[in-house]
Amino acid sequence: MSRNLYRHLGWLKKAPDDFRDQLGAIEGHAAPSSVLRRLASCSLDTDQLRILARRMDRARAAGADLQPLVAYKLGIVSNATTDLIVPALRGTALRYGILLDVVAAPYGQIMNVAMGQVPEFRGQGLDAVLCALDARGFPSSPELLSASADAGLAGEALAFLQTIINGIAGQANAPCIVQTLAPSPERLFGSLDAIVAETGASFASQFNARLIEMLNGTDNMLLDVASLAATVGTADWHDPKLFNLAKLPFAQELVPLYADHVCRLIAAQKGKSRRCLVLDLDNTLWSGVIGDDGMGGIVLGQGDPTGEAFQSLQKAILALRQRGVVLAVSSKNDDRVARDVFQAHPEMILKENHIAVFQANWQDKATNIRVIAEQLALGLDAFVFLDDNPVERDLVRAHLSEVAVPELPDDPALYARVLLAGGYFESIYYSDEDRHRAQDYQDQAQRLRIKESSIDMDGYLATLNMRALIQPFNDSGLKRITQLINKSNQFNLTTRRYNEAEVQKIMVDSRHRTWQIRLQDAFGDNGMISVVICIVEGDVWTIDTWLMSCRVLGRKVEQTVLNEVAKDAAAEGVARLRGVYIPTPRNAMVAGFFAELGFQQMPGSDSHATYWELDIGAYAPCQTTIQVSRSN
Amino acid sequence: MSDDIYKRLEPVFEKVFDQEGIVVGPTLTAQDVEDWDSLAHIRLIISIEQEFEIQFQMTEVNNFKNVGELVALIAKKIS
Repeated sequence: MSRNLYRHLGWLKKAPDDFRDQLGAIEGHAAPSSVLRRLASCSLDTDQLRILARRMDRARAAGADLQPLVAYKLGIVSNATTDLIVPALRGTALRYGILLDVVAAPYGQIMNVAMGQVPEFRGQGLDAVLCALDARGFPSSPELLSASADAGLAGEALAFLQTIINGIAGQANAPCIVQTLAPSPERLFGSLDAIVAETGASFASQFNARLIEMLNGTDNMLLDVASLAATVGTADWHDPKLFNLAKLPFAQELVPLYADHVCRLIAAQKGKSRRCLVLDLDNTLWSGVIGDDGMGGIVLGQGDPTGEAFQSLQKAILALRQRGVVLAVSSKNDDRVARDVFQAHPEMILKENHIAVFQANWQDKATNIRVIAEQLALGLDAFVFLDDNPVERDLVRAHLSEVAVPELPDDPALYARVLLAGGYFESIYYSDEDRHRAQDYQDQAQRLRIKESSIDMDGYLATLNMRALIQPFNDSGLKRITQLINKSNQFNLTTRRYNEAEVQKIMVDSRHRTWQIRLQDAFGDNGMISVVICIVEGDVWTIDTWLMSCRVLGRKVEQTVLNEVAKDAAAEGVARLRGVYIPTPRNAMVAGFFAELGFQQMPGSDSHATYWELDIGAYAPCQTTIQVSRSN
Repeated sequence: MSDDIYKRLEPVFEKVFDQEGIVVGPTLTAQDVEDWDSLAHIRLIISIEQEFEIQFQMTEVNNFKNVGELVALIAKKIS
């Protein structure tokens, strides 16, 4: 993951296998731009980006309305072949909501452009000009150690570049995007190259340092190619074979990465960078589930590799806030329990006052993010959503296609790297105002109440292709059943704890009925996620234990399980199912469980317990999208 | 083995030339495919390198007369 993170744009979702077929859907589509943007938001190779650009052109030629894409016209001058880069840039720009057209200067015509001899580069038409020059593009670049070369070489090259930039910017009346030079991995002496002024390595490092000074405070934008090449490795960046064959400036495999970085800049120029980061909590900001594991059970902080990894992510997030990114929380949690971590956990880097909007509740996250957007008065395309759970990520992508949702790897050690690699918050300048921006938004956030869900949840759940395997307790499940019984606090009606020997006794006892539930979905196997124990008392079954992992909340697992329990009860001639809810500080989320599932409340309820009954004969099974298989 | 290579080449050709129904057989040449110019040839070579996780030498890139020769070259590299 780490090695390929950058070259494959690993923060983006994988492209669908039927990419070309899905693109076909834009013909006659009511909103073709949304299809283009959704597919552009996948990790695509150079060929796929080219296909995307071709479909965009075809749709436009057919008169399709491509709103709300923003038009942008980019000029390119280069000392190398840009033919393969241009379509990739145009495909990538769709990822940023930009309809990009490109004017490429003819090969070797850089000076002509600067002198105003290329009509397309004169006047008002261009939004910016990309000056894609590498070390080969400078007349005095020291490909060989030259007797006449000296430390003035970088200065000469910069003077040449300055002439070009001034000429182009003046002719086109647009800012330039100017590149640092990727150093070559080929060394003349070795480490000494860094010291000897006339080597390529020294030339590049001097050139880059002085270029950055030269651009500072101007309208021109810096594209730090040196840093990009260093990130993926300069040996992979420079591809001598392709340069010899076709004058391609760098490895074509890296074109999607390069194009993404160019498009981040032009998106930033158009004010389309993201502004707010919405954070999940459990297993995203710390390891563990606060509602179940408690303050002492979650892993965060020094002295433990996992705890340190999550702290690193929190540090990265705090640094983003300090540079002006607004932070919000969307977590399936009890509000008080979740806030308590921010207020009282000594290892938390993020504090409650860093969070502009805090949404800890049991509502779906798409609805929560809508509320956050309203409270901050920001458009949905200003948001990035960070969550370790692939189902939550997919739900947000499916319902809020404007929100950027980075893929997270399994290893939390890489969370911070992936978040930052996505470049969601690219800026082309940084001012004092930016430093205070997060606080400003926070102060202005309006207090809005939680909204009703506005999405078609059942329709979405059907796409998850969920399969439940329901079995009575057995030896192979014993360990996990015991673990769930002793660790689940939130979705747990009675919070009764049993050790492994006790569970084993229940398993073989004829007065008990037991169910263990495993759930698979389109994203994989969730393992065992629910446990139910009933006690047989004549023609009544009393629910002793009913618990579920919060990870699968809102998927109608509990309804599915009740359907099966009721079916089993009916088969044994049972008349009624009896239940009790015993409130604890942690399980308020299931206070309404029995009422929602159609149980009648019985007399005798008080603040310590509520009692419920279900008439098995009158029970009508709930509709769910989960396919059930049973085995013994 | 070469049957298998032809099969794997089909989606590569489809992606590189953005055309369906190119019959990738031994006698296929650049003249038979619309848009197979020198730059498209480079794109094809790069995509084949990625698909088969091989590297062509510079001198090999323009040194086959038809797809049959290309497949023989790939076969040699992946064997």
